Amino acid sequence: MRLKSGFMRLLVCGLCFIPAITQASDLDSFKGLSGTINIAGGTAHIPVMKQAAKAVMKDNSEIRITIAGGGSGVGAQQVAKGLVEIGNTGRPLKPSEAKHGLVSFPFAIDGVAVIINPANPIHALTQQQVADIYAGKITNWQSLGGDDRSINIFTRDEASGTRAVFVKKLLRNSPMVNHANVVPSNGAMKTAIARDPGALGYSSVGYIDNTVKAPALDNVQPTNDACASGEYPIVRKLYMNTKGEPQELVREFIDFIYSPQGAEYIRASGYIPVSNQ
Amino acid sequence: MTSPITTERVLLALVSIVFALMMLLFGFLFWFALPVFFNTETPVLSLIWQPEQGQYGILSMIAGSGLIGLMALTLAFPVAVGITGFCLFSRYQNIASWIRRMIRLMAGIPTVVYGLAAVFLLVPLLRETFRSCSGFCLLAAAVMVVLLILPVMVMMLDTHCRPLENQIRLASASMGFTDTQTVLYLVLPNSTKAMATAALLGFSRAIGDTILPLMLAGNAPQLTDSVFDSVRTLTAHIGLVLATENGSAAYNSLFAAGLLLLAMSVTVTLLIRKMEHAQFNARRGDAE
Repeated sequence: MRLKSGFMRLLVCGLCFIPAITQASDLDSFKGLSGTINIAGGTAHIPVMKQAAKAVMKDNSEIRITIAGGGSGVGAQQVAKGLVEIGNTGRPLKPSEAKHGLVSFPFAIDGVAVIINPANPIHALTQQQVADIYAGKITNWQSLGGDDRSINIFTRDEASGTRAVFVKKLLRNSPMVNHANVVPSNGAMKTAIARDPGALGYSSVGYIDNTVKAPALDNVQPTNDACASGEYPIVRKLYMNTKGEPQELVREFIDFIYSPQGAEYIRASGYIPVSNQ
Repeated sequence: MTSPITTERVLLALVSIVFALMMLLFGFLFWFALPVFFNTETPVLSLIWQPEQGQYGILSMIAGSGLIGLMALTLAFPVAVGITGFCLFSRYQNIASWIRRMIRLMAGIPTVVYGLAAVFLLVPLLRETFRSCSGFCLLAAAVMVVLLILPVMVMMLDTHCRPLENQIRLASASMGFTDTQTVLYLVLPNSTKAMATAALLGFSRAIGDTILPLMLAGNAPQLTDSVFDSVRTLTAHIGLVLATENGSAAYNSLFAAGLLLLAMSVTVTLLIRKMEHAQFNARRGDAE
């Protein structure tokens, strides 16, 4: 019996690999190519880029792919100067950046959701309430129907793309109180919120798990499906940018990100894949 | 005519290289920071930091650094003097040697370890005790910075007080002074300069630390009148804003922050040097 269950387990493992083997055909287009791709820019892109680069380099040892962070600004700047082949941005290019002849490839949608502690009884908030909290007009959970606890506001650092989309689309550029605590990453945000029953913050939808709770915003639950359908409006696209139309290897890499296997990496990183138009 | 390569020349070359590099560092910071200071469109010497509204003032960060430094120093100084005094008592020498070992161990602990421990122990404690704050506050950061600067201050005081105590122990005992009296009326009053040096050293380490304020102080760019409020220091500001768009006004404010930090640390170092010099002269005066 024991042996049998072990065999079953092996069989299940084996079955899991079959789709992976059939998907490996997405890598076929890299056959016979060689060279280096340098990638820099947005930090949200890194998990996707890393997984894709690893798969490509494992399949074809003639190809080298380097990945660096730096933020959206750095990504646009370096690709415009020709220092990297792909510059990632978590926002559309600014006119000043696009004038260098950059071409954008949106490949994923990332939603930003308000998160609170799971112990907090609040289940839904409106966009106006969130804006009022961040403006300092609402300071206690009681006035929203919760416990008598002061609201501890958390926000992200100034370099964060998550903060940029939150301020632009949810707060609609209204000023934020300056006593909000600032945390340097999506992970740190989740840790802070998970431990503080009075906390309110925001993070990328891909980061939400059962340690925090995402209340419905204007009666829409911020899930990946709602982000993809456009029902949940606080979203941004993640872009790859190249200088001019990409050629050969870079073209293949970008196509690979759009392939079913690339979409799998995008989902695994907590984002929603978008198809190449 | 070729001059021979001597040890002195090699050393001189090394020293000049290091000196030139340091000058370059200063020059680089000045070169980038000065336009930022004189930029009237986005003044850095203002209290409001709201990058989305085009406000890039770093004055509240200077206040944050100063507050954490002063608070940590105020808390650490009496403790440091107390520990040093205790370790001088001859009847507690066994415990004292353990305390000294412990202090040396503390000096080697990376501050991020203190930070991590405080995030999981001190911050929830503060949050639940004083329900009006999130726990990430001036007090949390200052208390942990005390742990950081305490070993430096104790070691500094100890290196001065121990030889002094050894010198006068016999004389004071023969005059009927007890241990307590020796420490209170002879050793400590004669160590005021060492105390000042230790305080300055502690202060400069307190304002120079990055990870403790970044993890614990909450990083809100505001002026505060409560120890339970969130503050941002210059060092944490640099850490937070470094990843912004190169050349943006937010990024440029970092050069101003860096220059201010450098200026503070140079001032403190110069003060310490001056005091040590004065102390050395005074001792030589006594000896003559």
